[in-house]
Amino acid sequence: MIQVQGLVKSFGHTYVLRDVDLEVTQGQFLTIVGPNGAGKTTLLRILATLLRPTSGLVRIAGLDMASRSAEIRRRIGFVSHQSLTYAKLTVEENLVFYGRIYDVPAVKERVDTLLNLVGLEARRRDATRTLSRGMQQRLSIARAMIHQPSLLLLDEPYTGLDQQAAEMLRHLLQAITTESCTVVMTTHNLQRALELCHTVAILTRGRIVHEAENTSLTLDDFRQAYWHYVGNRSPR
Amino acid sequence: MSRSFRIEDLLNWLSALSIMVALYLVFVYAPTEATMGDVQRIFYFHVSSAWVGFFAFFVTLVAGIAYLRGGNRDWDLVALSSVEVGITFTAMAVITGSIWAKATWNAWWPWQQEPRLVLVTMLLLLYLAYLMLRAFIDGEEQKARFAAVYGIVAFVSVPFTFMSVRWWQRLHPVVFEREGIHLAPAMLATFLFCLLAFTILYFTLLLHRSRLGKLEDQAAGLKERLQTGEGG
Amino acid sequence: MSFLNKVLAIVWKDVVAELRTREMFSSMLVFSLLVIVIFNFSFELRVENIAQVAPGVLWVTFVFAGTLELNRSLALEMENDCLDGLFLAPMDRSAIYFGKMLGNLIFISAIEALMLPIFSVVFDLNLILPSLLLTIFLGTIGFAAVGTLLSAIAVNTRAREVMLPVLLFPILLPVVISVTKVTGGILDGVPLGDLAHWLRFLVAFDIIFLVVSFMTFDFVVQG
Repeated sequence: MIQVQGLVKSFGHTYVLRDVDLEVTQGQFLTIVGPNGAGKTTLLRILATLLRPTSGLVRIAGLDMASRSAEIRRRIGFVSHQSLTYAKLTVEENLVFYGRIYDVPAVKERVDTLLNLVGLEARRRDATRTLSRGMQQRLSIARAMIHQPSLLLLDEPYTGLDQQAAEMLRHLLQAITTESCTVVMTTHNLQRALELCHTVAILTRGRIVHEAENTSLTLDDFRQAYWHYVGNRSPR
Repeated sequence: MSRSFRIEDLLNWLSALSIMVALYLVFVYAPTEATMGDVQRIFYFHVSSAWVGFFAFFVTLVAGIAYLRGGNRDWDLVALSSVEVGITFTAMAVITGSIWAKATWNAWWPWQQEPRLVLVTMLLLLYLAYLMLRAFIDGEEQKARFAAVYGIVAFVSVPFTFMSVRWWQRLHPVVFEREGIHLAPAMLATFLFCLLAFTILYFTLLLHRSRLGKLEDQAAGLKERLQTGEGG
Repeated sequence: MSFLNKVLAIVWKDVVAELRTREMFSSMLVFSLLVIVIFNFSFELRVENIAQVAPGVLWVTFVFAGTLELNRSLALEMENDCLDGLFLAPMDRSAIYFGKMLGNLIFISAIEALMLPIFSVVFDLNLILPSLLLTIFLGTIGFAAVGTLLSAIAVNTRAREVMLPVLLFPILLPVVISVTKVTGGILDGVPLGDLAHWLRFLVAFDIIFLVVSFMTFDFVVQG
């Protein structure tokens, strides 16, 4: 599903990603952890076609990003730090708008389905600025999924959520992943990282330094590995 | 390396020489104008400066398009250098134009009679807007890209501004006007040579400024690498 | 037709958002009224020279209110990073340009439609003439065409509210000159045939800048 080889991203003379290699198979759930400034958001934004690589190869669903990014965008959904929703429009109107710009057939039905899936049916006529952070996050996910993408990218989705909201999000992600959707999520919360994923990777200072299957991994083991790779910075 | 030095040296000598000849022509060779007297000599400098001002803007347009097509930073440097050199000449054109206007119509800024003064000032404003845009953007790549786009839009607006300002006071406009060039042959020769001299000077300054920009860029790159080398 | 659907979706979104709160419209309206009042006292608009000053006052008001609208329109997209949402969609970037441009055109025209009767009353002149409306509309198209592009640039700078007028006004001078000339001519009773060249000029400006703007828009919004 995703093939990244030798990805480098620099802004002027500052290198954020240095030689990243990554492979994600279809239906896989990959979590990338790393400290702030590691390049997680940059990597995700490149995968989402919002940023262009400085050099390196990126392929999604077999399509080369340099030449066929429009087709790629049809297949991916991106949940960012910001909600990407219009504050003055209602929940429903936001989803209808995105449905229209994604050429979704039978938009109304799709919106109904999604509102039920994320549990926002009751708030459909409310302006998005009246929603709590947790609800906005769920709306954001509905938005990202309006066109049934085969790849879902989530950038630190648990940020700013209280316990209850975070639990709801986890249930939602669990429900989604059973829909044979490939997921790449970033977070700096190690516990959350291991909850749902098949594979976990550590990204620090622009490089992926470690990858592990989640099947036999305990939280303590992982914590140790994390500090081993990331640890010579002053702890937060 | 030695070959590029020759170009710079050649241009330096050429512009110094041609400017000196131009000065001689303007102040000694050219006959004194009948009605206006010696003040008329400023006309040569005014038109030549204005010409360079417009030409420099055209170069910025071309460099901007080249940058957008290829992403080569060198083109952006040329565009910026051209603006900086051009703005100097345009400012000179405005000042000399004002003096010329005062001498001809006894007013420092005769809107009605000298629409060309307005036009040159508009050019100056466009230049200033270009520089202000660059100053207020962070990030080299964005700066170059936006400046290139603005350079294109701004240049396209120049013919429209030219025509609308010209038609402003007239009821029956003509697109191309017969410019009555009632100049004696000596004056014409001086005039043309001045244009040439100023153009050479422009290219010389452009080359120097571009080179300087390139060196600045390289220095910034080295500094960055040193800093990240130490920290990383 | 998918392209058109997306353009219309963007226009629909902007209209719905504005209808819901009417923030932009009301601020533009208040602003325009204030401008008339200030002009009235600064220039001591007396009956004799009203007709001479009216075209200028009219268009200056529209330009300032229009600049306000351009800024607000793009600010809407900057909130919550919605612009990213548009970039993520599988659509030609020019659809974003046309969508925003049409939205801007609609809103500015709406304010002009509202202000013209008010101006007519304040200046005691009949401004609701088809030829006048056409001229103002042509001028507004040019304004929206370049303004949408330049607001997309300005919004990325540090002093965005100041940057837009600085970039926009010198480019718009031909439009300002044309519109005020024609308006003044119409009010003076000049036959339309004598003013036709200005209208042709405006049409040329509109077409050329629509093309230039939509071609370069891609470079402004690429990541």
